[in-house]
Amino acid sequence: MCGIAGLIHRGNTSNVGFELQGMLQALKHRGEDSTGYALYGKTDGQNFIMRFKVGENVAEGSSSVKEDVSVYDERKKIVDTYLSELGAKVIKEDRILPYSLRYEIQYDKDLMEFSQKIESVEGVEILSMGKSLEVIKDLGNAEVVCNRYNLDKVVGTHAIGHARMATESGVDIKSAHPFWGYPFSDVSVVHNGQLTNYWNNRRVLENKGMRFMSECDSELIAVYLAEKMRNGATLEEGMKESLVGLDGVFTYFVATKDSLGMAKDTMAAKPLVLYESDDLVAMGSEEIAIRSILPQEIETYDPFDGEVKVWQI
Amino acid sequence: MANLKTSEKKSKAQSMGLHTEVLTGKTQQKFFNPDEAENFYYFGTYDVDFNKRTEIDVKNMDCREANKKIDELMKDGYGTIVIKNPQGKHSLGVGILNKLNLIFEGSLGYFGCGSMDGPIVRINGRVGWSCAENMMAGKVVIEKNAGSCFGAAIRGGDLICKGSVGARTGIDQKGGTIIIGGDAGAFTGFMMQRGRIIILGDVGINLGDSMYDGTIFVGGKIGSFGSDAVEAELTDSDQDWLKRKLKVAEIGENFDVSKMTKVVAGKKLWNYDALEPTEKKGAI
Repeated sequence: MCGIAGLIHRGNTSNVGFELQGMLQALKHRGEDSTGYALYGKTDGQNFIMRFKVGENVAEGSSSVKEDVSVYDERKKIVDTYLSELGAKVIKEDRILPYSLRYEIQYDKDLMEFSQKIESVEGVEILSMGKSLEVIKDLGNAEVVCNRYNLDKVVGTHAIGHARMATESGVDIKSAHPFWGYPFSDVSVVHNGQLTNYWNNRRVLENKGMRFMSECDSELIAVYLAEKMRNGATLEEGMKESLVGLDGVFTYFVATKDSLGMAKDTMAAKPLVLYESDDLVAMGSEEIAIRSILPQEIETYDPFDGEVKVWQI
Repeated sequence: MANLKTSEKKSKAQSMGLHTEVLTGKTQQKFFNPDEAENFYYFGTYDVDFNKRTEIDVKNMDCREANKKIDELMKDGYGTIVIKNPQGKHSLGVGILNKLNLIFEGSLGYFGCGSMDGPIVRINGRVGWSCAENMMAGKVVIEKNAGSCFGAAIRGGDLICKGSVGARTGIDQKGGTIIIGGDAGAFTGFMMQRGRIIILGDVGINLGDSMYDGTIFVGGKIGSFGSDAVEAELTDSDQDWLKRKLKVAEIGENFDVSKMTKVVAGKKLWNYDALEPTEKKGAI
């Protein structure tokens, strides 16, 4: 069934890594095949942060084919070569796990061309590209992933996350949420629900040059919104169009460098509880997610069917 | 369906007018026999004293522990129990078949107060999805908002939310009354079969979609009518009932009920009129 959570501090920063970990861990009964974080950190905004993987986590429960670590090294070497050819300068390099890397890079050209080149390497996927956004996703529940990637100290303005029960695609990182809104810097999406016109929309969007990395229906939302924005729509306009363009049941969150939004389908079939104050907006599939960061008595509500809301930092 | 025919050997319950017909053939139905009344009891019911009051803090308990504690307190005769720090936990206060004053100082998560029969519950907070699902009797009052599927499949009792509720309120409702002080979402009264829903505020799209029976009263705007939901005349007796009910519920006491819209089933979706009265009963 999956669980989603998100929060945005308005006019302030906080330990969003720790907060989101608490919210997602409270939702772990909704699925712990994988957990993903999209964290919007406090940075100087000068360089891009690229989170990417050169392979899958092939631990117990994974649906991926086991590969030798030497393959990951080979792929990393090719990525480094391609970065150099693209004119990107690597400022800082962290290999967090054999298959998961974080680069800080200087780059000022087209992100679509950049992504296509990097992802042309077999098994390589850019999880996120942004000056504030970092997408971290892996197998296991929120606590496991948080500890594996040391996320509990990340300070930032806002974040969205997802606890996944795999139903329509594999137990692997490529199908885990959040999805990056390729090719847009700093756009990420998490989704709870099922989309029934996934393949129809995918064919149309692929013909328009958009890229899909998985067969997870939720990825469609990120690609759908990215395509709308590429054609000049604002985030909110794209989200409102998605209520008609996407068929099925869904509640999803989308975040950009300075905003956080939510949309709920016209059947209101998927849950969402929302807390809103002048300083903080927190939302999740269940109230207990919000209670993990706000234990005191608060005013919360369920958004109605077909509702779209966007908040700025 | 079992064959219906008049039995030569009428039971005492039938002679008292509790049943007018006898089912023969294969049936799971059990008739109430007044001679055996002393043998009828609910498992897990206790004699409680409303003046005996206690408080428990469930902050560090899971829902099983909290519900077990409530059961133990009822066993000890406590008739008024205050629950502190529920903090949005799921399935609190479920399956209570006693008379009891139960007060939650805070909000509940999903399935709060489900499958209960008899208690009077006050929730000084919000409730998540499916509050009071399958309630047989009693009264639940929520001071703030409620999630979707509020009062799903309730058979009886009063369920009152002073704030707004999500989608599919009263889905599959089979009796009782649901009262909403604020607005209600889409598909309110979806497939309801009996009972009444009162909404003082606005209501979303597809109101009363595929309802079999029952009545919905709306004070505000209606997003749209669902399949087979139709407007009916608001009678004087409807208005009297609404005033009485709102007064008892301590909600909207001065609300102008004469301007409410009454919505009932058009009964065109299924072959309702072709059925015998007894078959209608079975279908509902």
